[in-house]
Amino acid sequence: MTSTDQQPFLSVRDLKVHFSTEDGIVKAVDGLSFDLAKGQTLGIVGESGSGKSVTNLAILGLHDRKRTSLDGEILLDGKELLTATERELEKLRGNKMAMIFQDALASLSPYHTVGRQIAETYRKHTGASKQEARARAVEMLRRVGIPQPDIRVDDYPHQFSGGMRQRAMIAMALVCDPELLIADEPTTALDVTVQAQIMDLLKDLQQEFGTSIIFITHDLGVIADIADDVLVMYGGRCVERGTKKEVLRTPRHPYTWGLLGSMPSLDHPVDVPLNPIPGSPPSLLNPPSGCRFHPRCAFTEKVAGGLCATERPVLDVVDGRGSACHLTAEQRADFLADLAGSRQN
Amino acid sequence: MFRFLIRRVIGALVILLVISAVTFFLFYAIPRDPARMACGKVCDAELLEQVRVNLGIADPMPVQYWHWLQGIFVGRDYTGIGHCNAPCLGYSFTNSEPVFETIKTDLPTTISLALGAAFFFLIIGVGAGMIAAVKQGTWMDKTASSLSLLGSSLQIYFVGYIAMFFLVQQLGVLDPPSYTPFTENPGAWVSGLLLPWLVLSIIFTANYTRMTRSQLVEQLSEDYVRTARAKGLSGRNVFFRFAWRGAMGPIVTIFGIDMGTLIGGAIITESTFSLQGLGTRAVRAVTDSDLPMLLGVTVVAATAIVFANILVDLVYALIDPRIRLA
Repeated sequence: MTSTDQQPFLSVRDLKVHFSTEDGIVKAVDGLSFDLAKGQTLGIVGESGSGKSVTNLAILGLHDRKRTSLDGEILLDGKELLTATERELEKLRGNKMAMIFQDALASLSPYHTVGRQIAETYRKHTGASKQEARARAVEMLRRVGIPQPDIRVDDYPHQFSGGMRQRAMIAMALVCDPELLIADEPTTALDVTVQAQIMDLLKDLQQEFGTSIIFITHDLGVIADIADDVLVMYGGRCVERGTKKEVLRTPRHPYTWGLLGSMPSLDHPVDVPLNPIPGSPPSLLNPPSGCRFHPRCAFTEKVAGGLCATERPVLDVVDGRGSACHLTAEQRADFLADLAGSRQN
Repeated sequence: MFRFLIRRVIGALVILLVISAVTFFLFYAIPRDPARMACGKVCDAELLEQVRVNLGIADPMPVQYWHWLQGIFVGRDYTGIGHCNAPCLGYSFTNSEPVFETIKTDLPTTISLALGAAFFFLIIGVGAGMIAAVKQGTWMDKTASSLSLLGSSLQIYFVGYIAMFFLVQQLGVLDPPSYTPFTENPGAWVSGLLLPWLVLSIIFTANYTRMTRSQLVEQLSEDYVRTARAKGLSGRNVFFRFAWRGAMGPIVTIFGIDMGTLIGGAIITESTFSLQGLGTRAVRAVTDSDLPMLLGVTVVAATAIVFANILVDLVYALIDPRIRLA
């Protein structure tokens, strides 16, 4: 799906985000590359601390500049963001690129009305008058499905329900018709029915505006619902990427296998426990050598020479499809065949 | 809002009633007879009784207290002196002046001290705290933090005398403390009170620097501040309209308490700088066993504290819409 002949809308090349802390340097993102075409949705999956959110804060330039060192390249519509000044970024944020955060209650200002928070983004970037901006806020609230938007526009976030708050957040992010929308686990704090509504809303709005979306989540079900392409992150690196179909149907990386195996599904027998990935996410202060997943990986013995612990596997990308693992293609095919067999029994 | 105000005012009145009653009955726990002191050297039983009646302390205690309360709302009659108009806080035992008038002349000194000092310590304290929060970890932050630690460990009677010795006596850069009403001569009002204001600021600033810094540091890491930046708002806008808004609440609360302390606890400040205000008046009333004066000063000071607190709650609700006044 990714266009190769022309410059992609968003292009991230070898991004490194390192934080200096008292204990040392945290390599939150360590050499990440991906592209996103116009109107497409990229799902970024991974556990907590895999670098998903940090990547996207870096795109918007919202990291703590004093403590963070950034390296690599982020091109948005041909414009380099990493070297952009704060003032240049201010003009882009909320305008050309916008973000929806996970916890809408904490992410909306408790001191200002919902309408004002939407309107001020619009005023900042369009120079509209107060009345125009307010009318725009009401229109946006209506579009995201807030009932009686002309009344609720004067409410404070604490007077909204959880789902309405997330809708208001979306309205706020989309008020200037951004070309890039980053959604950082926007549905995690919501119950499933509201979650489904929000997902539908995002899909509708994407069709309407042609927005490119980066959707960050740890929920593969959500990915299956919305994404075109998928990028699986582990320990600050990309371990697998491809189209949604490729990654979900024929996953290549043991970590992706683990993620899929730990996911409940309707046809999963209730008496068989889910298969969690053993261990916990790696320390980014002192990451494991070689493949960062190797301490938790069940397949290290199959790789000759203990390569997993010593050598970093290369992410071999061909036509946007790739994975970073020392297992051979045959070994992976065998595993998937075994898995398919065991599922049928 | 209206219901909140009514409820709080009623509550405040109850508190004031209790404070005045406790002060009143405690006074009689002191083994001293104000009538005997007022009666003088040549005093017989008959004269003593007459003095008691004149002072209004011939009746049983609860009746006296009742008369005192009546005086505030409808005025009261004194044998030999005549009618005292409401609000009547009685006459001083020692100089027979009406207590209410005395307080009216003393109160402006105390209030001027408090407001002037507040002006300085708010600007300096909050300003330094803001700088420290923005320039976290730099030498400015460290200087502000160390100075505020130093300031908070100082006492008025210590700094006050040192400042007077050096700034007034040795260098002569400041005028000796004195009070001139603002309406009479604003310039003299400022120059006479500048020294106490600055000394009070040194003590109080520390608190505000630390408070402002810690509140702002906390607010600046809040999600909604990040959202404001994600919307493309400028750093200054985000700082003042979002982070500072959130940091203000606790500072206002402490300020309300401090204003109460400054007005109700002016004793040390006023005696350090030899100013005639409510604080010095209260001390003299105690040493003189001057019940009406003591009651009057106590009730006025308590009123200031109680209403400063109501005001704080109102301001807090204005700052934070999540607080419902009910």
